[in-house]
Amino acid sequence: MGDMSEGGTTKKFLYLNRKASYGTVYALESLEVVLIAAAFEQDVSLAFIDDGVYQIIKGQDTKGIGMKNFSPTFNALGDYDINKLYVEKESLDERGLTEDDLMPLVYEDEDDDWAEKPSIKIVNRAEMADLMQDQDVILSF
Amino acid sequence: MSILHTVNKSAYERNALDSCLGHTKPGDSVLLIEDGVISARAGSVAGDKLAAALGETGVSIYALGADMAARGIPEDKLVDGVKVVDYAGFVDLAAENDAVEAWL
Repeated sequence: MGDMSEGGTTKKFLYLNRKASYGTVYALESLEVVLIAAAFEQDVSLAFIDDGVYQIIKGQDTKGIGMKNFSPTFNALGDYDINKLYVEKESLDERGLTEDDLMPLVYEDEDDDWAEKPSIKIVNRAEMADLMQDQDVILSF
Repeated sequence: MSILHTVNKSAYERNALDSCLGHTKPGDSVLLIEDGVISARAGSVAGDKLAAALGETGVSIYALGADMAARGIPEDKLVDGVKVVDYAGFVDLAAENDAVEAWL
């Protein structure tokens, strides 16, 4: 699988995020690896399921816990051509959350006169399962 | 004898909150910290369980405000009856109870 393109092979990478930020280091580690991988021009998707949906919730304020709030970094992903962020609806529902509770993450579409478009796509569990089937590499955090 | 129970795991991740609530006595306090505060959001699966426990078990339930803020959970989105405390309030709870039991 994977397409040969100039300079190497492009594969479909899925970063699977299942944990909230700050309580464990998984969320931060995932974001760091995503940013590193962005330099290799792969076809990258991010999935947020279970408590992972809390990584991109609006209004995070970490002053009180003495940790760095890294959620603004998600805004930069669009500049690295990472604009496929899939959020599972069932995970939001279970947690009393809606799409409005998430950060309004966007990217500029170079194929559409740099129009600003949403990076977040809400999908149901079955669609998320299909997305997983469609990957070459799945990295779990 | 009263116990302050601390729960630092999300109810969606581990069974710590369930097990804790099953081992409390009336007069005990449960303090949600770190990822534990995720369970206190109103209108959620875990929040509904917590609301039921508040009515049935005679325990007081608290959430640490700094951990709520870090996870984008505003006070007005908490389950009714869950009280917000700061770190000083955490210390007060520890001092008021006879023991602290951490549900890791």
